[in-house]
Amino acid sequence: MNNFNYIKADSPDHAIQQISDRQRTFLLAGGTNIIDLWKYNLTHPDTLVDLSQIKGLKTIHTLENGGLHLGALVSNSDTAHHELVKSKYPLLSKTILAGATAQIRNSATNGGNLMQRTRCHYFYDAAAPCNKRNPGSGCPAIKGHNRMHAILGHSDQCIAVFPSDMCIALAALDAIVKVKSSRGERIIKFSDFHRLPGDQPEKDNTLENDELIIAIELPNEGFSDHYSYLKLRDRNSYAFALISVATGLVLDGQIIQKANIALGGVAHQPWRVPEAEEFLIGKDATPENFANAADIILAGAKGFEHNSFKIPLAKQAIIRNGAMALHPERQRPGAQPSL
Amino acid sequence: MKNNAQIGRSHNRLEGQLKVTGQAKYAGEYQVDDLWYGYVVNSTITKGKIVSIDASKTRSVHGVVEIFTHNNRPSLPWFGMMYSDMDAPPGTPFVPLWDDEIKYNGQPIALVVADTFEGARYAASLLKIKYEIEEYSTNLFDNIDNAKKPSKGLATLIKPLPPSPKGDFEQAYKSAAAQSSGEFLHGTEHHNPLELFATTTVYEGKGKLTIYDKTQGTSNSQIYVSNVFGLSFKNVRVISPYVGGSFGSGLRPQYQLFLCVMAALELKRNVRVTMDRTQMFTFGHRPQTLQKTRFGAVEDGQVTAIHHSAFAETSRFEDYTEVVVNWANILYPASNTLLDYQLVPLDMFTPMDMRAPGGSTAMHAVESTMDDLAFQLGIDPLEFRLINYSERDVSEDKPFSSKELRACYHQGAEKFGWKNRNPEPRSMKRGNRLVGYGMSSGIWDVIALPAKAQAIYDKNGQLTIKSAVTDNGQGTYTVMTQIAADQLGLEMDQVTFKYGDSDMPLSPIQGGSYTTGVVGSAIKAACKALKETLFSVAKKMENSPLKNVDLSDVTFKNGQITVNKTHQSIQLTDVIVFNNNEPIEATKSNIPNPIKLKQYTRAAHSAAFVEVEVDEQLGVINVIRAITAVAAGKIINPKTARSQILGGMVWGISKALREETLTDHNLGKYINTNLGEYHLPVHADIHELDVIFVDEKDDIINELGSKGIGEIGLSSMTPAIVNAIFHATGKRMTKLPIHFNDVVNHE
Repeated sequence: MNNFNYIKADSPDHAIQQISDRQRTFLLAGGTNIIDLWKYNLTHPDTLVDLSQIKGLKTIHTLENGGLHLGALVSNSDTAHHELVKSKYPLLSKTILAGATAQIRNSATNGGNLMQRTRCHYFYDAAAPCNKRNPGSGCPAIKGHNRMHAILGHSDQCIAVFPSDMCIALAALDAIVKVKSSRGERIIKFSDFHRLPGDQPEKDNTLENDELIIAIELPNEGFSDHYSYLKLRDRNSYAFALISVATGLVLDGQIIQKANIALGGVAHQPWRVPEAEEFLIGKDATPENFANAADIILAGAKGFEHNSFKIPLAKQAIIRNGAMALHPERQRPGAQPSL
Repeated sequence: MKNNAQIGRSHNRLEGQLKVTGQAKYAGEYQVDDLWYGYVVNSTITKGKIVSIDASKTRSVHGVVEIFTHNNRPSLPWFGMMYSDMDAPPGTPFVPLWDDEIKYNGQPIALVVADTFEGARYAASLLKIKYEIEEYSTNLFDNIDNAKKPSKGLATLIKPLPPSPKGDFEQAYKSAAAQSSGEFLHGTEHHNPLELFATTTVYEGKGKLTIYDKTQGTSNSQIYVSNVFGLSFKNVRVISPYVGGSFGSGLRPQYQLFLCVMAALELKRNVRVTMDRTQMFTFGHRPQTLQKTRFGAVEDGQVTAIHHSAFAETSRFEDYTEVVVNWANILYPASNTLLDYQLVPLDMFTPMDMRAPGGSTAMHAVESTMDDLAFQLGIDPLEFRLINYSERDVSEDKPFSSKELRACYHQGAEKFGWKNRNPEPRSMKRGNRLVGYGMSSGIWDVIALPAKAQAIYDKNGQLTIKSAVTDNGQGTYTVMTQIAADQLGLEMDQVTFKYGDSDMPLSPIQGGSYTTGVVGSAIKAACKALKETLFSVAKKMENSPLKNVDLSDVTFKNGQITVNKTHQSIQLTDVIVFNNNEPIEATKSNIPNPIKLKQYTRAAHSAAFVEVEVDEQLGVINVIRAITAVAAGKIINPKTARSQILGGMVWGISKALREETLTDHNLGKYINTNLGEYHLPVHADIHELDVIFVDEKDDIINELGSKGIGEIGLSSMTPAIVNAIFHATGKRMTKLPIHFNDVVNHE
């Protein structure tokens, strides 16, 4: 870890000014990822702007349109346990609690969750080639250990996945991201926030270098009656998703009025396919219909030596999670398979 | 045994409070003045040569004192034996900074010393090394053709190579009513104790060192440092009372000890070297091993033919071996056997003993094959073990010193409810989850070694016991205190056990489940000798009631010597007063009698019973309940013993379903070298676990009749899980760890 300048930001504008003025300036929120990357000698900030003392970005409150405002600096734990989140957006609460550990969630923030880097083994190894870390150096994951890697949206330069749980629920909930820079504020649709690797795998998202995430906002519809998050992983806690599914349904009897389905652990971004959701509208919430929707979602999926299992298992997970969403009260803790 | 005996009674760990309140100091935590910090630089290539090292940027970091490489290291002994240790396999031990040659990925190639840890770590990251890369090979499968017979050496005395073939295996196998064959594989595993390897060396001047080292043997580290750096034994003191887990990784001196002592001697300063978690993957590990079995049984269930062969990884410089293929025929009395064990040298560091080395590897293959035979013959798996119960070890034609495995089977099965098992695979269900019951036998041998201990009784009525032995966390400190207390009929608080210090009487490295038997017997011997001395001094006292009685006529209890017939007694503290207030002491070695011991097969046994749930569509596996019944002779402390077995059971879950070091064979290196991606079980993975200790009396093995319990809880657990998964799913899992996606079939 190199020596560095430390600046404590006292307002969003103060932080924005620092990042636009300086080279190799990094923002510190919960620090649960950047400190790791730094210690692993993967990133070398000259300047660290500490956001933790900014007061304005730490609130959760209802919006005029009935939606919910989540401050960028509210911790993952405080978000998951917030009454408004638990009652109106239980899918988000449950999904956050399926990620990381209690200690990490206490420290990690909502804005930071969007900004975390992939957990690809090769990205974390400074001595290994990696196009995401060192563009043009190659991708050893393609012919190496790729159990955790992408089956959708990957490129011949990068097959890494975005590791967040929380963002899978945010994607399913049609969240928006509010960002700010010296040029003013703008809104990024959640589906536009994270990007696919293409030939620029070093870019994880569409946030500009001088922009700061201010808040995440949720629309009025929270799917609080019919929702489920299912996470398949190599141990029951403290492991990233190999496949995860967030499902929110609006039902009229057995008939699906609205179905939002997002997949995690399978791509460089939360994976949503509007055609599959449109297919479900007006149909019965049956395993057969979810299976057909899964085929649409997974169209074009391509696996590698160690992760081809994800394609059929993702289909099974979509079917099961559809069934689990019908009966939130029968779900077992920890986003594990139920029923 | 007296009524108030400490042996057999549950005691909390005596150092428990110190540990949970942070007062127990570990090797990298001792407060030392004027301390410099070393940080190790590891090779980023797998094989080749160092061409050049550019240290200019490293030197420019504030606080950097020195950079040690092969170019400027002090001169070292040429003779390979000088680097040997108590657990060294046959071959040439690795020496850090020896020359420019790179033998494996992660090899330590430089030590950067600075006035802070953070400064040393950052400076180390700036060292520019140019390599010349040579071709390497790290894949066991690609190199099976290069398998060879292991070399023999001291290590193969304790870990014997397989016995010769017996009978006519091929004929017996061919004519068997049921045949089962399989190939079983597990990858590399690393010990990953919570405490990182660390050494703090205090430079006392005049060639004298006090070393706080993370080790399973203070004497082992002392001998190694003395030999390597040409210091006299008495000038090297190694201290290590608290060890934050080790599981075999501390059986050999690791490179931070060498580098730390070297830097302290060269710089004439106190130096500390602590590894980071990634560096914990740059020395010994459980070797990836491929096993093949072919077992045959006749109609009534008798196993008549056993073929078990293993191919295990080793380094290019040492022949690490473990006992893999010898166990099956000790457990099951087939008269036709073919047992074979070979090594495949690869460009990796030498593997090393890791909890139940070889045994846990073997049991997966042996007990899966047994389970399959039982299934083929339509015999209940437990009944099948009873049909093949060996009353005598036919592999060496010897009796067992004791063997209560049958009681393990019966008591375990009863408590588990084994009779409720429907024999048909996939027949038991709970919602979407398939339910499976599985069981397995387990075995681990009882090793006898010499050890020495000292016992001292003082005027305050305190008994002090001394041994160089460490306590890796399993409760050695507590059980040794119990053993000593019983010898003199004292309460626990009247006994002080001093340990983890090479200045104290010699103890072998702590491993192999033998410490309680080996060191405990030495303590018993020392206490017996102390009693004799106390008795003979007391006899000389004025009006001594002991004048006309023998030692066998008295009892030591409550700080007194009491004549059994007359109930007259003498206070032990009065004996010390009579001795001019000088403490009375005795030092004794316990040397096992090899001629007597060799007549018996000596082993602890276990039987594990496991219930799993497997999600039918998604494959997710949970061990929802397990019972392990253990026959391990006398249990000194049931509470710490139970914890030991529970730890072994959790490890069994880990080995079956979780942990694995991933090797990228293209890059020739491990890639999941952190606790985020090296998946050890978490609380959410562990459900209902239970332990039974069956009564077992053994007068042969050692003075205490205690067999040791470090490994026996692990060896039966993994195969019981594998067999339960077969019962749940109908799928025989031959590769460990088992991933959820392995147990479901989807197009």
